[in-house]
Amino acid sequence: MDFDFLGQTLLLLLGGVPLLLQLAFFSIAAGAVFAVLLALMRLSGNPVLDHAARSYVFVFRGTPLLVQIFLIYYGLGQFPEIRQSFVWPFLRQPYWCALLALTLNTAAYSSEIIRGGILSVPFGQIEAGRACGMSRSLIFRRITVPQGLRVALPAYGNEIILMTRSTALASVITLMEVTGIASKIISETFRAVEVFVCAGAIYLILNFAISRGIALLERRLSPQTRERAAPAGVPEPAR
Amino acid sequence: MTNYVELMGFGPRGWGLLLLEATLMTIAVSATAFALGGVFGALIAWARLEGNRLLRLAADAYTTVLRGIPDLLVIYLLYFGGSEALTALAHAFGAKGFVGVDAFAAGAIAVGIISGAYQSEIFRGAYQAIARGELEAARSVGMSRWLMFRRIIVPQALRFAIPGLGNVWQLALKESALISVVGLTEILRQAQVGAGSTRQPFAFFITAAALYLMLSTLSGLGFQRAEAVAMRGVRRG
Repeated sequence: MDFDFLGQTLLLLLGGVPLLLQLAFFSIAAGAVFAVLLALMRLSGNPVLDHAARSYVFVFRGTPLLVQIFLIYYGLGQFPEIRQSFVWPFLRQPYWCALLALTLNTAAYSSEIIRGGILSVPFGQIEAGRACGMSRSLIFRRITVPQGLRVALPAYGNEIILMTRSTALASVITLMEVTGIASKIISETFRAVEVFVCAGAIYLILNFAISRGIALLERRLSPQTRERAAPAGVPEPAR
Repeated sequence: MTNYVELMGFGPRGWGLLLLEATLMTIAVSATAFALGGVFGALIAWARLEGNRLLRLAADAYTTVLRGIPDLLVIYLLYFGGSEALTALAHAFGAKGFVGVDAFAAGAIAVGIISGAYQSEIFRGAYQAIARGELEAARSVGMSRWLMFRRIIVPQALRFAIPGLGNVWQLALKESALISVVGLTEILRQAQVGAGSTRQPFAFFITAAALYLMLSTLSGLGFQRAEAVAMRGVRRG
C-alpha cells in the first residue's frame, strides 16, 4: 500500500467537496420548492394543472439524468433565441446547467414523496381544522405540513442521499467536484483502485452524516413514537 | 420540423438506423447488467438471510457501499481498474502498450454490481414474504433444500419481487446511459456523436430522451403484465 499516494489523493479529492456540497445543497433546496409546487398542482383537482405536473414527473423520472444534463448544457445552445437572451450568461456555464438539471430532476422525484406525505394526513384532521374555523392556508401550515413532513421524511432522506450521489454526473460536463477530480487523477496515474477507495470513502462519510442528520430530525419530529419506545414496565413519568 | 424528420429518419442522411442500433445496444447492456444484478443480488440476499456473521457483515457492507457511492465511480473503477489489471497481465506475458477492457463488459458488470445491491433487498423482502408454513410443509414431505428452493421458494418469491424488480430494471436502464462515458455506443453516446457532427445537439438529445422514455414505458407495461400473470392465483381483498 502506497500511503503517500493515498494521502495525496485524498487531499486533492477533498478539494472537490465544497463544489459537491454546493451542487447538492442548492439543487435540493430549489428542487424542494419546485416539488411542493408540483405536488400541490397534482392535488389541486384542476385537470390541467394535474396533467401538466403528471407529465413533468413522467418525463423527468423516465429519462436518465445524464441525458437531461446534456440536453440543458449542449442542447439549449442550439437555439439562437436562447443564445441571445438574458439567460445565456448562465446557461453557457456548466455550473448553472448542472444545478438546473439536478434541480429539475430532484423536483420530479421529491414531488411524489411530498404528495404521498400530504395524502397521508387523515382527512379527519383537516375536517377538525375546518371545524375550528381555520383558513385553508392555516390548515396547510399547522396541520398538513407538520404531519405530512414526518411521513415523507424517510423517503425524502433517501432522495437527499441519491442527489448527493448524483452530483457526480456534473463531472461529465467538466465540473471538478470529487468524481471529476477522481477521474482526472485516474487518467493521469492509472491507479483506479486507490483513487476509487479515497473517493468512495468521501461519499460514504457524507452519506453517513446525512443519514444520521435525517434520523435525528425524524426523532425530533415524532415525539409520540419516543414515548412508546420506552421499555415496558417502566412507569410513565408524571406530567 | 421536416429537417428533424429527415435527420432522425432512415434516409441516406438520416441517423435513424444508427440510433436504432444504439437502442438495441442499450437494451442489451441493460439486460446483461440486470441479469448479472440478479445473480449478485441473490447471492447477497442469501448471505444476509442464511450466512454466518462474517457473511452477513460483508453483505451489509456491499449494499451500503454500492448504494452510497456514485455509479460513475464504479464504472470508472471497473473500466480503468480492469484495463490496468489487464495491461499488467499482458505485460507479464511480454506484450507492450495499453490493453483496454471491453466497454460493454466493464459497463455491464459495473451496473450489474450496483443493481445487485438493490436486487438483494428486493429478494430478501420477497423471501420473507413467503408463508413459513409453506417451507415447513416442503420440509415435512422430505424435499431436499435444492428442490424446496426450486419448487417452493423461487416461484413464490419471484411473484412478490416483480414490482420491486420492475423499479430496479428502470434504474439499470437509466444507469446504462452512464456507460457512454467509457465509449460504449449506446443511445446517449450515439446522440453525442450525432450532435457533434451535425451541430444540432438539442435535436439529438431530445431524441435520446424520447427513446429512453419509450423503453421505460414499454418495459413498465411489461412488468405490469408480468405482475398480473404472476398474481392471478393470489386472492386479494
